[in-house]
Amino acid sequence: MKHIVIVGNGIAGITAARHIRKLSDYKITVISSESKYFFSRTALMYVYMGQMKYEHIKPYEDWFWEKNRIELKYDKVESINIQRKNLQLTKELLQYDKLILATGSNYNTLPNINPEIKGVQGLYHLQDLEKLEENTKNINKAVIVGGGLIGVELAEMLISRNIEVTFLIRENTFWGNVLPIEEANIVTQHLKKMGIGVLINTELKEIYTSINQRVVSILTSKEEKIACEFVGLTIGVSPNIDLVKNTSIESQKGILVNEYLETNEPDIYAIGDCVEHKNPLSGRKAIEQIWYSGKLMGETVAKSICGSPTKYKPDIFYNSAKFFEIEYQVYGKITQNLSANEQTFYWKNTENNKCLRINYEAESNSIIGIHALGIRLRQAICEKWIRDKCTIQYVLEHLEEANFNPEFSKPFINAMLEKYNQEYPENPILIKKKKSITNLISKIFN
Amino acid sequence: MNNNYIFQNPATNRGWLGMLIGSLLIIFYILLYWFPTSIQWLISLTDPISLFIKGKVADQWFFYGFIYTIAILGMGIRMISKYRHNNYQKVRTISVMFFQTCFAFLIPELLARLNLPYQDFKNIFPLDYAFFFDYNIEKKIAAGTIGYFMLAWGVFLFVVGVPVMTYFFGKRWYCSWVCGCGGLAETVGDPFRQLSDKSLKAWKIERYSIYGILAFSLIMTGGVLYTFFTKESKLFGIIDTNFIRYIYGFLIGSIFAGVVGTGFYPLMGNRVWCRFGCPLAAYLGIVQRYKSRYRISVNAGQCISCGNCSTFCEMGIDVRAYAQKGQDIVRASCVGCGICSEVCPRGVLNLENISSK
Repeated sequence: MKHIVIVGNGIAGITAARHIRKLSDYKITVISSESKYFFSRTALMYVYMGQMKYEHIKPYEDWFWEKNRIELKYDKVESINIQRKNLQLTKELLQYDKLILATGSNYNTLPNINPEIKGVQGLYHLQDLEKLEENTKNINKAVIVGGGLIGVELAEMLISRNIEVTFLIRENTFWGNVLPIEEANIVTQHLKKMGIGVLINTELKEIYTSINQRVVSILTSKEEKIACEFVGLTIGVSPNIDLVKNTSIESQKGILVNEYLETNEPDIYAIGDCVEHKNPLSGRKAIEQIWYSGKLMGETVAKSICGSPTKYKPDIFYNSAKFFEIEYQVYGKITQNLSANEQTFYWKNTENNKCLRINYEAESNSIIGIHALGIRLRQAICEKWIRDKCTIQYVLEHLEEANFNPEFSKPFINAMLEKYNQEYPENPILIKKKKSITNLISKIFN
Repeated sequence: MNNNYIFQNPATNRGWLGMLIGSLLIIFYILLYWFPTSIQWLISLTDPISLFIKGKVADQWFFYGFIYTIAILGMGIRMISKYRHNNYQKVRTISVMFFQTCFAFLIPELLARLNLPYQDFKNIFPLDYAFFFDYNIEKKIAAGTIGYFMLAWGVFLFVVGVPVMTYFFGKRWYCSWVCGCGGLAETVGDPFRQLSDKSLKAWKIERYSIYGILAFSLIMTGGVLYTFFTKESKLFGIIDTNFIRYIYGFLIGSIFAGVVGTGFYPLMGNRVWCRFGCPLAAYLGIVQRYKSRYRISVNAGQCISCGNCSTFCEMGIDVRAYAQKGQDIVRASCVGCGICSEVCPRGVLNLENISSK
């Protein structure tokens, strides 16, 4: 019986293991030095905030693995012997037939900052959370460097403990290299409303420490000194390629794979955050450290290993996040600045932080991307519209079909259509009046 | 809305304060049900209100109904405030507050004042397990037209109301919008919802327990009606129907629904009775599982497996297990409280009534 060994028990590795089990009877071993059981990395913040305990962020009960004959090893892989097809763990040698590397990422640090300073850290691993508990005990002031998704989560975590937070953001606005200016402004304003000090166009220049090597203050690139007891580094993450360095497995920033997720060495695959695609599909990044991508790579590699070689072909791009209370969804392609042949329709509800953006091609009017803040949209419908190249008019007329807001939510679509009709009076969209009683009854009984 | 540090709070993490609250509730129920004279001084405090509403001094049941209603109203306001940006939560909470105040409390007391039979028009057999008891039937027959109407209304709700409403809206139309037990669970019990057990084992126990009690309630009622019509007190000549009735009332009606149902909020979450015991919930659940438009829709591949939905599901449904597979949730036990959708950080879940899928 073939032995499949997976290094890493994050979403990519575990998805691969589960799907290989569904498709085959192979022996499966998953190795992780981070935790014995799979947990949801994206939920670490909720454990810190006391909304959940660690046991709640494990998506499967502990008996699940044995029942599904997936062996878990809480151990560290020291090295790979590619010729002999084995892994050196701390105390044993493990033979494999196929190897899947799903080693995830490490958080980035700054070259000018000594990582040994106490009170300076990023957030990615379970161990980082434990360290964060210690580093933020009884502190009052923190600085977070880098305005991105993990940064805003870290800010929310610290704010929940009444720690004063100052954000250093390199760009003009929060997540300014991804979000168009309007959305970025909404989020930035919201951060300020939450009591966070937001310093734009600012980077970290230096950290000052006490005699016992603990942070006492920092100096920004604008020569401003800020007193703080903690510095959060959230300037992105990079593929964890420690294991393949000094081996014949090719890597650049990440472990290089072809469209079948194969590395250059036979029977060795790589999936998830640690991957760098040699030939990324058009419109996709070579390194895409997203939960959803990791999951899809896990599913894909399972098929290939179980006898039906399958190319990694992500469908329409999507992602989601949450900035304090503001939920965010993106479907398709929305860039920070429009390219020449693109048009945008943007609507914002002024009273609360809701907005919707639809980008479309200027000539054909077919939509290419949708952005929503504070509005829940139905993924399947949005993707269908983008795939089928529906026109902006069609999408707006049928927008109700994509509305995934909870029942009794305040309607927003008519206000949006009115704005569209004002902007484009030559091609107005028929606005359906409020539902009458008969409409409602016929809806119930249809 | 946030649930920050709910697992660090001794009241809501099965800590000492939760244990204390639970113990006090259990003692309260035992005194109320079996030793009301020992709390007569408490009961008498509600005399002025009782005199005003029904023209008599308060008895233990008036007292209980009064504080039950006050608890739902008070904690209902907290609920509305906590979930103030979510209209579904607001409407639903106002609904349970209304039904408790008018249907469970005021109307029955006013009926008593008018010398008419007691009836909570929103209570449904077999949760209302005494509905077919001889003395209740006789009182209603004696009351004439209005009594017949009460009997017909009760039977209509059970036979037509439950299946039709549940087909269109799921069991939530009752369990989290109308029901008194549900009303208490959704308001007073809201701080404890995260304490329900989500394990597969708990689900197995739940199924035996709730359908067992449904069967028990139906057998008990069958026996009671048999005795009512035949005047024969023994079923098959051996089992005394009065005895089964007594046992059901004591074990299920008082101990399970009351003492455990509420007293265990801080220990096993706010829906212990609804999940493991309520025979009406079992009946509604069967309709919901097999013939209903209601479901919790899952937004394709958006789940990040964080576990908020499962953690805050008061019915102990492992919502995440479905959400992370992209599979809609159709479960007999779901009461449609909508909190999974509310706590989901990625907008993955939505309560919907869909005609076909």
